[in-house]
Amino acid sequence: MHGDTDDTHTQRRIQGGVRESLPHESAGQHVRGAAWYTDDLPEPNGTLHAALGLSERAHAEIVSLDLNPVRHSDGVRCVLTAADIVGDNNCGPIVADDPIFAEGVVEHVGQSLFAVAADTVRAARQAVRRVEAIYRDRPAAITVNSALAAGQFLLPTEQMTRGDPDTAIGSACHQLDGEFVIGGQEQFYLEGQIALAIPLDDGGMHIYSSTQFPMEVQAAVARCLGRERMTDIVVECRRMGGAFGGKESQPALFACVAALLAEATGRPVKLRMDRDDDMRVTGKRHDFVARYQVGFDAAGTIEGYRVNLASRCGRSADLSGAINDRAMFHSDNAYFLPHVAITSERLKTHTVSNTAFRGFGGPQGMLVIEEVMDAIAQALGKDPLSVRRANLYGGAGRNVTPYGMTVEDNILPELLDELVATSDYHQRRQDIARFNAGSEVFKRGIALTPVKFGISFTATHLNQAGALVHLYHDGSVHLNHGGTEMGQGLFTKIAQIVAEELQIDVGCVRATATDTGKVPNASATAASSGTDLNGKAAQAAARTLRERLTDFAAEHYDVPREQIRFMPGEVQVGNRTVPFPDLIHEAYMNRVQLSATGFYKTPKIGYDRRTWSGRPFYYFAYGAAVSEVEIDTLTGEHLIRRVDILHDCGESLNEAIDRGQIEGGFLQGVGWLTCEELVYADSGELLTTAPSTYKIPACSDWPREWRVDLMQSTPNREDTVFRSKAVGEPPLMLANSVFLALKDAVASVAEHRVRPALNAPATPEAILLAVTDLRAQRTVDDS
Amino acid sequence: MSGCIQFLLDDETHVVDLSGRHGAMGPDTTVLQYLREQLLRRGTKEGCAEGDCGACTVVVVEPVAASPGDGKCAGRLRYRPVNACIQLLAGLDGRELLTVESLARRRGPLHPVQQAMVEHHASQCGFCTPGIVMSLFSLYKAQTGTPVRRDIDDCLAGNLCRCTGYRPILEAGLAMHALGDALPAAAQTRLARAGGTEQDGVVADRLTALDASSQSSIAGDGTWLGLPRTLAEALQMRAARPDATVVAGGTDVGLQITKSLTDLAAVLSVARVSELKRLEPTSDVWHVGAAVPIADLQLAIAGEWPALDELLRRFASPPIRHAATLGGNIANGSPIGDSMPALLALDATVELASVSGTRTVALADFYTGYRQSVLRPDELIVSVLIPRATHGERLAIYKLTKRPDQDISAVCGAFWVRLEQAKIVSARVAYGGMAATPARVPTCERALEGVSVFDAVPGPARDTIATSFTPLSDQRASARYRALTAANLLDRLFMELRGEPRVDLYRHAR
Repeated sequence: MHGDTDDTHTQRRIQGGVRESLPHESAGQHVRGAAWYTDDLPEPNGTLHAALGLSERAHAEIVSLDLNPVRHSDGVRCVLTAADIVGDNNCGPIVADDPIFAEGVVEHVGQSLFAVAADTVRAARQAVRRVEAIYRDRPAAITVNSALAAGQFLLPTEQMTRGDPDTAIGSACHQLDGEFVIGGQEQFYLEGQIALAIPLDDGGMHIYSSTQFPMEVQAAVARCLGRERMTDIVVECRRMGGAFGGKESQPALFACVAALLAEATGRPVKLRMDRDDDMRVTGKRHDFVARYQVGFDAAGTIEGYRVNLASRCGRSADLSGAINDRAMFHSDNAYFLPHVAITSERLKTHTVSNTAFRGFGGPQGMLVIEEVMDAIAQALGKDPLSVRRANLYGGAGRNVTPYGMTVEDNILPELLDELVATSDYHQRRQDIARFNAGSEVFKRGIALTPVKFGISFTATHLNQAGALVHLYHDGSVHLNHGGTEMGQGLFTKIAQIVAEELQIDVGCVRATATDTGKVPNASATAASSGTDLNGKAAQAAARTLRERLTDFAAEHYDVPREQIRFMPGEVQVGNRTVPFPDLIHEAYMNRVQLSATGFYKTPKIGYDRRTWSGRPFYYFAYGAAVSEVEIDTLTGEHLIRRVDILHDCGESLNEAIDRGQIEGGFLQGVGWLTCEELVYADSGELLTTAPSTYKIPACSDWPREWRVDLMQSTPNREDTVFRSKAVGEPPLMLANSVFLALKDAVASVAEHRVRPALNAPATPEAILLAVTDLRAQRTVDDS
Repeated sequence: MSGCIQFLLDDETHVVDLSGRHGAMGPDTTVLQYLREQLLRRGTKEGCAEGDCGACTVVVVEPVAASPGDGKCAGRLRYRPVNACIQLLAGLDGRELLTVESLARRRGPLHPVQQAMVEHHASQCGFCTPGIVMSLFSLYKAQTGTPVRRDIDDCLAGNLCRCTGYRPILEAGLAMHALGDALPAAAQTRLARAGGTEQDGVVADRLTALDASSQSSIAGDGTWLGLPRTLAEALQMRAARPDATVVAGGTDVGLQITKSLTDLAAVLSVARVSELKRLEPTSDVWHVGAAVPIADLQLAIAGEWPALDELLRRFASPPIRHAATLGGNIANGSPIGDSMPALLALDATVELASVSGTRTVALADFYTGYRQSVLRPDELIVSVLIPRATHGERLAIYKLTKRPDQDISAVCGAFWVRLEQAKIVSARVAYGGMAATPARVPTCERALEGVSVFDAVPGPARDTIATSFTPLSDQRASARYRALTAANLLDRLFMELRGEPRVDLYRHAR
């Protein structure tokens, strides 16, 4: 399985080729505290430290902004406002509606107003608080429903339809409708937003940024400085302390501010955000209000489905268009919807502009249809699993998505069979029913939910990548590509790919910092695509080198090309073997170019956004989970008793790393759906701006029991790198099973006769109130 | 030497001048500032600057003699995990600091904790990793023998990881002792103490010597730092410097520095006043010195009041518990301070002292309003007196939060009852999170008297919750949730008093 370098007779394997569960390339540095993040880099002499002044109002005219007390604060060297920006006062990724500093009007609490550079971080942060601002408030819409009432749409409403859903729903044996609210989520990367801008002697600027998207930071900095050319700016990122989508578009603001201050002072400037400010200033996962109507037959098979997804986009466009598109693309999840209308309303609210977060709208779209599956099952008195199976894609005429893409690689029927068996689902459902019958206070629930997640950027042009591979004349390899390392193990996997291609130990390959000066025009490391895109590009670069070396060896040793084979650590040249470093040195002495670039663009994809038809995704990644939970009906407290996960990574490049993504994604999803709650005051102020009030899962929240497996022997049907599959985002949605298991437990309070009014997140409070209302209803029904 | 504190770091004595201007190596300098900005020792990370994420976890070592009531520590040294972001550097005076860099020399072999983390793929982005390594290291030192899951859960309650889902970290924690035991004897000796080659005894002696030579106050350019050793000295300083911020564990004062950005010009650290470290039982009460860390109290009192053990475990993460004190929690007077309902239900009293004398106040009479109390500007809290358990008494405490660990309660209910043949003969009921201050509910207490725990909770008892409180809605919970659960906790109390095996989901699941 190693391309044309494979040799089943070879005794020796290289160390750290593909399929090997190598530790993360920085693991040794991580545990020593020796891995440098942007704030750990040695600062150049004279570095100043920056802070942002923030709006205190959700929507208001700025009547006056007195910055004199700020300027006179200890240690302050420079204060900048919108008026000081020579270039564009904008850092928006797609639409130019994200001012770096607000001008005239503020549109959310925490919007950036001005910035300070001072001698110390503390001096800068103290100074910005001395501003005296006078505002004249304007009406503010904070929630989805208030924006709907005010008719405030940020972007045009979109609709994807097939067939005649209204007729199909109307003529079905059974109908249901409902409303379902899904909360947002803070990324809570452990390393906050940060940028260090260093002015260069030639007028250029070197930016160290914690970013998933160095090119966009480069472009935004060039624009705001009034530079005409991106070539004046270099952006570098060795690693991030977590990102999760929160560093896709968001880092541009901080890099622009640092660059503007560096430009104004001629000194290096670092802007590191305090956690509370970071959470006020940066966007989060969109919260949704969904309304649906569904018509189905006696088996629960859907005949018509209509869903309206209204989301809180915040004050600017940011990535909201693509995020809401993806919510639409995943409104089917794994199910065939013969007649369907998916409407997406993108609301403008006077809150922080919401942005990318692992799953990128997909989780919200998917959770709604999963909720519908359970609602159908409950209405029919069926096991929700049977309703899900009845609706799975598959069979003649039942394998085309609402956007017209044929699902060719569906492995869910087999995957579910395996998971149902290994998790003992049916027996446990019976056990739970028995437990619940004998327990008044504690109730248990179980749910099995599948995931089908489309892989590729829906913006087709982003599906490209570049890489750069240098061979030094001692045989060691310098590897660079456009992807960024945020903990997901991208650098590890790509080093494994290059090692495999060149048949050398991975220890000879050094993965290096992402740098816009090395690989240009790289897309964001996002959409789970990091390895698919950059892995293929690096593989291409390595293959180019291998071809050149083959040509050289053939000529140099005078043997036919076919007799040259790359073996572990050495190259077989006819009858002799040449150690890899010797061959490289020989090639160098003979003036062979030992550096190559690689490029990749995803084949087959393309769709028409006007008609919502075509093939937005190269392939789908699949998975499923069974979760069992228990709730306390006196308090709403709950815990996950057990989870069983079976996930599809194709032919995994590194099972340890993929397993890390599966487990980490799952628990992050659990956080989204249980304990993580963004609370806004009526004034629009976010009240949960720190880990003291915003609770992401802790260690004890990992389930009491778990079985996490990768689906075996399922190579990607498409020609991805070594037939692997993307794994960054899909596992997050395995957590849908936890939410629905909680709802199952709540529903047991009224013997599953009434659908509980339980929205996400299912906090103890949400669970208790749902239980209390169900019990009240039961009492009414019984009387 | 004037104006300096002294502590050990990697065998080296650091003599640090804290007489600088406040905000710049003054008395309010934090450990994390010193590490990252002065020493450029940047393995220790800042994730939140409020002691809630654990990325900045370091370990502070002190001689065991300095931590009375300590039953679990085998050697002469006690290893305490703390949050460097909110710990004052001044608090290191006479102690040893260990950071992640202390565990393995550059390019040297990894410590078993680190090795286990690598082998189990327990780091992804790596930003939380140094803190997790240090928390696990404190467990590695505190516990001989392989820990179980609940030990790791507890140990890491204050270390957030956003990447891994914790499973590989749990497994690393379970494996670390075996890795250490498998090392050759020479390596074990070397690793017996992270941070240097010296053995516990030598370090303990060095710390004792440092302690003996340390200063009792440091006056700087407009700043002042008091480091008293005796209560008399502390009270004189309190009288002379009423402007000084009193710091015991610093877990709340630290936030004034990092979040409110207040420069503290004058600080009175009471952390090493020997009388305030007293922790011992007499025939009728536990004397809990105001500067005794919660972690020490938990160890000492667990056997007597198991409900307190569970409360103090969920009070906060180990790094907070090793710094925070009961005295500080009371002086701080937060309406959601989790110790208060329990202490009210136990009818605890507080001993206050000033240069002009000592007085004792029932905790129920201590608060006069939101964050207001009877404590006078020249007074310090000396100790909290917790009545000892006697036959027939039961204590139950229930803390309700969004997340089981390291969270501040929405509601905390504490119930003390005396039972005679399953009948409640007297009761004390107290709640936190229901009003501006934690409060007893005398009407509820009376309504419970004479009730058999095998009966349902009497309606009138439940009703007292609604009539006694008008709770608020905030980011932690709505008024409705608070009112409902406060009443429902009475049902849970009866379940517990009846001896039902499953009462609290979290406790049961552990």
